[in-house]
Amino acid sequence: MRHLLSAGDLSRDEANLILDTAEEMRSLADRPIKKLPALRGRTVVNLFFEDSTRTRISFEAAAKRLSADVINFSAKGSSVSKGESLKDTALTLQAMGADGVVCRHGSSGAPHLLATSGWMTGSVVNAGDGTHEHPTQALLDAFTMRRHLGSLEGRRITIVGDVLHSRVARSNVLLLSTLGADVTVVAPPTLLPVDMTSWPCATSYDLDGALAKSDAVMMLRVQRERMNDAYFPSAREYTRRYGLDVHRMAQLPDDAIVLHPGPMNRGMEISAEVADSARSVIVEQVTNGVAVRMAVLYLLLSGSNDTTEEQTA
Amino acid sequence: MSPAQSAESPGVAQPQNPAARTVLDASDISRALTRIAHEILERNRGADPVVLLGIPTRGVGLAARISARIAAVEGQSVPTGSLDVTMYRDDIGLKPPRGLEHTDIPAGGIDGKVVVLVDDVLFSGRTIRAALDAIGDIGRPRAVQLAVLVDRGHRELPIRADYVGKNLPTSLVERVTVHLTEYDGTDAVLIADKTKVEA
Repeated sequence: MRHLLSAGDLSRDEANLILDTAEEMRSLADRPIKKLPALRGRTVVNLFFEDSTRTRISFEAAAKRLSADVINFSAKGSSVSKGESLKDTALTLQAMGADGVVCRHGSSGAPHLLATSGWMTGSVVNAGDGTHEHPTQALLDAFTMRRHLGSLEGRRITIVGDVLHSRVARSNVLLLSTLGADVTVVAPPTLLPVDMTSWPCATSYDLDGALAKSDAVMMLRVQRERMNDAYFPSAREYTRRYGLDVHRMAQLPDDAIVLHPGPMNRGMEISAEVADSARSVIVEQVTNGVAVRMAVLYLLLSGSNDTTEEQTA
Repeated sequence: MSPAQSAESPGVAQPQNPAARTVLDASDISRALTRIAHEILERNRGADPVVLLGIPTRGVGLAARISARIAAVEGQSVPTGSLDVTMYRDDIGLKPPRGLEHTDIPAGGIDGKVVVLVDDVLFSGRTIRAALDAIGDIGRPRAVQLAVLVDRGHRELPIRADYVGKNLPTSLVERVTVHLTEYDGTDAVLIADKTKVEA
């Protein structure tokens, strides 16, 4: 493993290795000294062309807990706002000796371009690219579910909401199916991609029908900023048909959990009572996010570059 | 320790290897562990301050056995856990990334306790150096002691064991392998000539 660009690139063994490593990293949170020397002397650049709170902070905390040096770069206030291209930005990072680059970009495929263009030699971690993928979010969701449900083999997981614009949904469907879960995607027809045949999951337009047989429900954020069209008549109607409130939550099996990648639109796709209920693991997802990202950075960056290249070649 | 250390060697195929020779059998290992358990109690005047930490993989099994013997003698159990040192190794940047082993620190912590590290083979001493660093991040024990089943010599750092099952003079071309029932189905310490093994 040299880069982490897509959750679909991970084999089941690789995914389990990351999740098992994350389990060990998670125990660090209970120790007085929350630091490990694994990435001492390595430099990790957080290259964020798009706004983010929890992903950037999570990656920063993860890299710092592994003793890496962290450089934060956000497009606002950098030369990108003066028109610098991705290529020139990458060449700059290469010249500064970045060992790992965590990239978020509004355009799908930007991290892939960074990884394969030859502009830089460091490992690239996709931290969300356009409407394409967000693999570390999928890993932390799988990790959170695994802690509550045990093995995901045969578990029924329902992903609800704006699948069309959601990189979280795509990465989760790919990863969870790799891990053996039965995934159902529920959304209004306008918020599903036109052709879902290549997705390893079932689709449905009916949330109430799917809830009763779900071990975990993941509510997606309605991404207003990516919606240039009228995808549903009104926010109220969306909430009535696809929002998770206490009444709908009551249909879930007793030990089912509710996830949300954040940031939440309370009252829109998820009601405040559900978000704050005992079934909700939304805050835990954030804690687990640091552990999962530590595992990813550790596995990508800790070894010698030469041998990793030989292995992937 | 170096790659030649037993815990990392793919030792499962070795009992069939005619070049391998058994230096400790099951009863030898059992007697050595019983003696080490008594020595730990004698040296620390009882089991009260002692915390046993095994270094994965086989050190964890050995720590559990020593713990059981101490419990049988003293009638009280000592906190026993495991300590993964992978991220503290000095060769971490030189080798491909490795998966982590489980670290399990007993509930009482290690502050003010006497930590006895348990490993199977003491060789270069680098694993123990890494373990000392790892302990430093977890707490401040009153003292750290080291128990090993086999000391094969060839130290590269100023480190010595407090409790040794057997001192085994070896040459650098030899490979020492520890088998424990929990992991390998049998109890034995084997020694083989690396050149013959590979031939």
